[in-house]
Amino acid sequence: MLKQSIFKVKENGRIADSIFKMRLEGEHSFGFPGQFANVKLEGFYLRRPISVCDFDNGGFTLIYKTVGHGTDKMSAIREGAELDILTGLGNGYNTEKSGDKPLLIAGGSGVPPMYALAKALVNEGKAVTAALGFNRREDVYLVDELSALGVRVLCATADGSFGEKGFVTDALRAIAPEYSFFYACGPLPMYKAIRETVKTEGQYSFEERMGCGFGACMGCSMKTRTGARRICKDGPVFDSSDILWEELR
Amino acid sequence: MNKSENRLGVELCGLCLENPIIPASGTFGYGCEFAELYDINILGSFSFKGTTLEPRFGNPTPRIAECPSGMLNSIGLQNPGVHAVIETELPRLQKVFNKKVIANVGGFSVEEYAETAALLDECGQVGLIEVNISCPNVHNGGMSFGTDPKAAAQVTSAVKRVTKKPVFMKLSPNVSDIVSIAKACEDAGADGISLINTLLGMRIDLRSKKPILANKMGGFSGPAVFPVAVRMVYQVYEAVKLPIIGMGGVSCAEDVIEMMLAGASAVQIGAANLVDPLICKTIIEKLPQTMDKYGIKNLKDIIGGAHNG
Repeated sequence: MLKQSIFKVKENGRIADSIFKMRLEGEHSFGFPGQFANVKLEGFYLRRPISVCDFDNGGFTLIYKTVGHGTDKMSAIREGAELDILTGLGNGYNTEKSGDKPLLIAGGSGVPPMYALAKALVNEGKAVTAALGFNRREDVYLVDELSALGVRVLCATADGSFGEKGFVTDALRAIAPEYSFFYACGPLPMYKAIRETVKTEGQYSFEERMGCGFGACMGCSMKTRTGARRICKDGPVFDSSDILWEELR
Repeated sequence: MNKSENRLGVELCGLCLENPIIPASGTFGYGCEFAELYDINILGSFSFKGTTLEPRFGNPTPRIAECPSGMLNSIGLQNPGVHAVIETELPRLQKVFNKKVIANVGGFSVEEYAETAALLDECGQVGLIEVNISCPNVHNGGMSFGTDPKAAAQVTSAVKRVTKKPVFMKLSPNVSDIVSIAKACEDAGADGISLINTLLGMRIDLRSKKPILANKMGGFSGPAVFPVAVRMVYQVYEAVKLPIIGMGGVSCAEDVIEMMLAGASAVQIGAANLVDPLICKTIIEKLPQTMDKYGIKNLKDIIGGAHNG
C-alpha cells in the first residue's frame, strides 16, 4: 500500500563500483520483497524508482547504481539528510509459489531485491540458491550478505574474474542446481537467456521509465497474456506464464 | 456549513463545486489509486482518464521522459474503452466518490466522440463532459481536431447534439491562435473551455543519441508550462463568455489563485499529482490561509480579476 513519508538517511556509501547502499529510517509500508520506493530528489521533477533491498520495523535499505544525474546526486547525500519517499509500491515477489528449493537469478543492478526475497524464503524454511551475474570482480556485491543468510550463492562474471566466466545463465548450466521455482531480476537480454535455460515456472521483475510509480499515469504499461498491466502497480513482478515475450523489446 | 459560507465554492454551468480543485485527466486514473491515500470527496471534482469508444493500449514504451520543471508523456490515450468504464470503473468509483465526476472523452472521428459522449450522457455520476480535442500523442485524431477551428466546431456540435450535460472543450496550446479555436467552440454551442493540454516536446538521450520516447514526441507538462497556461486562459477569458477550467503546471494554492485571476472558474491539477500524490489535498487545505494572505474573501469573486481596470 502506497505511503508517502519523510525518511532520515542513516548511511549512504559505495559498496562496489558505481553501486551505493543507503539506509533510511522512518515509517514505511513495505510488505513484500520486490516492491520499490520512489525517491524525491531536490532539483529533479520526477521521483527515482528504486527496488527495496531490505526492510524492517525501523526502516529500509536501498542499493542503487549511479546511472545518471539523479542517482549521482543521490549518491552524494549525507547521513542525517531527510528524503521524501513513496514506499510500498508494486506487488513484489510471491514467496508462496516457491516450492522447497527456490532459485534466485539476478544480474547487475537487479541483485538488490534478491536480499529481502532470500531473507523471506529462508525464514519460511526453504533451501535458497542464488545465481548472480556481474561484469567484473569490482562490480560484485551482496554475495557475503546472501551467504550469511544461508543461501547457496553461484556467481558469474563476464570477464571471468569472479566465479564462472560468462553470463549468469552460463553458471546455471555449468553448475545445474536443483530448484523448484525461480525468481529473476535483471535486464531484458538476461531474461531472454533465462527463458532458454530454466525448467520451471517463475517470476520476473520488470522496469520502465515511470511517471508516478503508483498506477495513476499509465506511463509504464506492458502487454501481458492477461491484458495491459502497469509495471508500477500491477507489477513490477509478473508470472513467467503471463509474459508476452514477442511484445518485449 | 451552508454554501454561502463556503469561501472556496465555485460553479460550472450549474454544477456547484465545494472548491475549484479538480485533478486533471490522465493524472488521476479513475480515482481508485488516490482513494487509497485520502478521501477524494474533498475534491471539487476530478476529470477521469481520457476515454475512447474502444479499448486502447496506447503507444509503445518508454513513454515518460523527465525535464527540468516538468515531464513529457506519450501515453497515447491508454484506456479500457467506454463500455468497461461504464460497467467497471464508474461502479468502483461510486464506492469512494459521491460527487459528480468529469468524463474526459477522446476520439479519432467526429462520430466516435459523439458515440462515446452519448454513452456517458446516460451516467448519473457524470457531471459534465470534457472533450479532449488536444491529445498530442495520437495520430489521426486528438490534437488535429483542436488545431483547426472548423474541426473543433464540428466535434463540439456533434457532442452537444447527444448530451444534455455541460460540454467543455479541452484545447491544445499547440496552435498559433488559441482564441480562434475557443471562439469556434463557443459558436458551436460549447458550455465551457478547458485549457491547456500539454505542449508538444522532445528529449534526446545522449547515450543512445535517439529520442527518449518511443513515440519520439510527447506532451510537456509541469510547472514549466504554467506561464503559458496563464497567458492562454487570460486570452480566452477576454474573447469568450464561457466558463473556463484552467490548467497547466498548477502546483500550489498560489498558482490556483493566479489561474483564477486570469479567468479560470475552476482549476485542474495534472502532473503535480504524479510527483506528490497528496498535492490536491494539500492545496485545498492551504487555500484559505493563502486567500487570507492576499485579502481574498471568496474565491468566486476573483475569477478574471486580473482583467479589471
